Amino acid sequence: MPTPQPFEANVRRQPRAAIIELRGEINASAEAGLSMAYTKAEQDDPELILLNFEHVEYMNSTGIALVVGLLAKARKGKRRIAACGLSTHYREIFEITRLADYMPVFGDETAALTDNAAG
Amino acid sequence: MKQGSLIAALIQRVRGVLRRERPPVVTELVRAAIPFDPDMVHDLDLAPNDPLLVLLQSSHNVIDLANLRLDSPMAARLRAEGTRLIVPLLSQGELVGMLSLGSRRSEQDYASDDKTLLANLATQAAPALRVAQLVNQQRAEARERERIAQELKVARLIQQTLLPREVPALRGWTITPYYEPAREVGGDFYDFISLPNGHLGLVIADVTDKGVPAALVMATTRSVLRAAATRLESPAAVLARVNDMLVPDIPANMFVTCFYAVLDPSGGRLRYANAGHDVAYWRTAGGELRELRARGMPLGLMEGMIYEEYEARLRPGDHVLLYSDGLVEAHNAQREMFSFERLATFVSASEQGGQALVDSLLAELARFTGARWTQEDDITLVAVRYERLELPLDDAGWEHVAEFSITSAPDNERLAMEQVAEAVADLGLPALRLERLKTAVAEATMNAMEHGNAYRADRPTRINIRRNASTLSVRIFDYGAGPDQAAETPDLEAKLAGLQTPRGWGLHLIQHMVDDVRVNQEGEQHVVELIVRL
Repeated sequence: MPTPQPFEANVRRQPRAAIIELRGEINASAEAGLSMAYTKAEQDDPELILLNFEHVEYMNSTGIALVVGLLAKARKGKRRIAACGLSTHYREIFEITRLADYMPVFGDETAALTDNAAG
Repeated sequence: MKQGSLIAALIQRVRGVLRRERPPVVTELVRAAIPFDPDMVHDLDLAPNDPLLVLLQSSHNVIDLANLRLDSPMAARLRAEGTRLIVPLLSQGELVGMLSLGSRRSEQDYASDDKTLLANLATQAAPALRVAQLVNQQRAEARERERIAQELKVARLIQQTLLPREVPALRGWTITPYYEPAREVGGDFYDFISLPNGHLGLVIADVTDKGVPAALVMATTRSVLRAAATRLESPAAVLARVNDMLVPDIPANMFVTCFYAVLDPSGGRLRYANAGHDVAYWRTAGGELRELRARGMPLGLMEGMIYEEYEARLRPGDHVLLYSDGLVEAHNAQREMFSFERLATFVSASEQGGQALVDSLLAELARFTGARWTQEDDITLVAVRYERLELPLDDAGWEHVAEFSITSAPDNERLAMEQVAEAVADLGLPALRLERLKTAVAEATMNAMEHGNAYRADRPTRINIRRNASTLSVRIFDYGAGPDQAAETPDLEAKLAGLQTPRGWGLHLIQHMVDDVRVNQEGEQHVVELIVRL
């Protein structure tokens, strides 16, 4: 079994978006880190908050619940939120849970930022 | 005697009677064309409101145009063309023609004897002319019937050539098509398209119009759809592409309704889009009837149309029925339609699906329409059934793969999923299916460790893996009573609105990740069994 990678969430700023770069495992232990990253991303009032899952190794149903929580927070704050970098498997999970219906899913950061710039 | 020969004889007879060289002209008032000297036989465009028509229909006498006081455009025209006499040809009170005679060469007026002779001649000739006309008409109708029969034969041939010759064989699925053309041959068709990753494209479509034009549009639509389906993944994108390809070439007033779906047989995912076709029905194993609705304009009407796309997650025991309007619009002797309601009720009550559904549905239709029914339109059905897994009831049919236990502690589900992945590595599951199994194992193990074993170190979570020729079974044992049966189905909208907790996805994910999930009690232990088809 590969050594589990601890959860990390780094926020990077772009001119019109804040990118939350997620790493490791998204499970119950990711709750505080994810919440802090979101609060940080909201500063400067970006047009878009982009969750980048490219380096996520594992996400369980508790992790899904955390993403649902972020989505609920974003909708309450009338803020655009999107996802990118999901593997085929996790993209399918986003479709099964219907997260993909409420949160646009892009292949990578460039596609998401281009869409944001156009929109 | 043929009509042309009869008229020739009539003209000779008139010449003989009148002993004149210039022939008369016979004007037919029926539309049937006859093969005869065009200088002598004219179609006369006599307006229905021309008073000359009334006169001809009621007079058995020769009419001298010089003495005729009638405000008739036709009489004026005939006069201008040099006609002196007209003789109606009446058969059983029906005006079948008219003799038209010019001036005599001697420039003398027609004698009353001449007129009497002409009237007698007309009385004798008219019935024979009528018979000849009827024979001609029947021959023309027979030729038309033959032409239509030939056209129907061609249309039927085109349709039958293009319909799939074989039904796809998908492990765990039964696909049953049925197609019965109406006598006139409508534009129904269905198709199965093999796609990458083992996916299958399912098509049911109906071209407006009938016969050869519909068959040709059907052939074009089928080709364009096949080409688009192999290039594009999304059913909505496929229909949009097909629509744009059809619009420039499809004949005016024709269009195509089409339901297109892509089935992933490994997980039961059915993505679909609809171009104005009748809504398909999905009956779940639990007996719930759902409609596979998606909005979209029929193909071939306007460029640049956008189609909605949705997906259904089918489970073993579920079945889906695609059909054409020939079924729901079939009428009985009282002119009642079979109707969507009747079909929905029938599908809802049918647990079987597949061939059994098709057979019983056709029997129901026959009962509804009655024995003397003439099929009005093509009837096409495609029944898709996700077969239930038949597992051995005892251990005799199983081969042991692996068994291990893990300590019931937070995050240990990762350990379980990796050990299961290692144990089944030799089975060669495709990567995506293996990822699904790992997620199902992780979620079931989390439930077992947390709810069944309360994260107690003295209650390890046991995992047993076994297989037979067609099935892989992963059983996860715990000491609990099982999940709360009343647990609500997760609804994202409700969660976002704060009406449900953001959690509660575990069981939902497990159900969608494997082919079947069974929950049992073995002695004191609660068992969740994950089933994957091999």
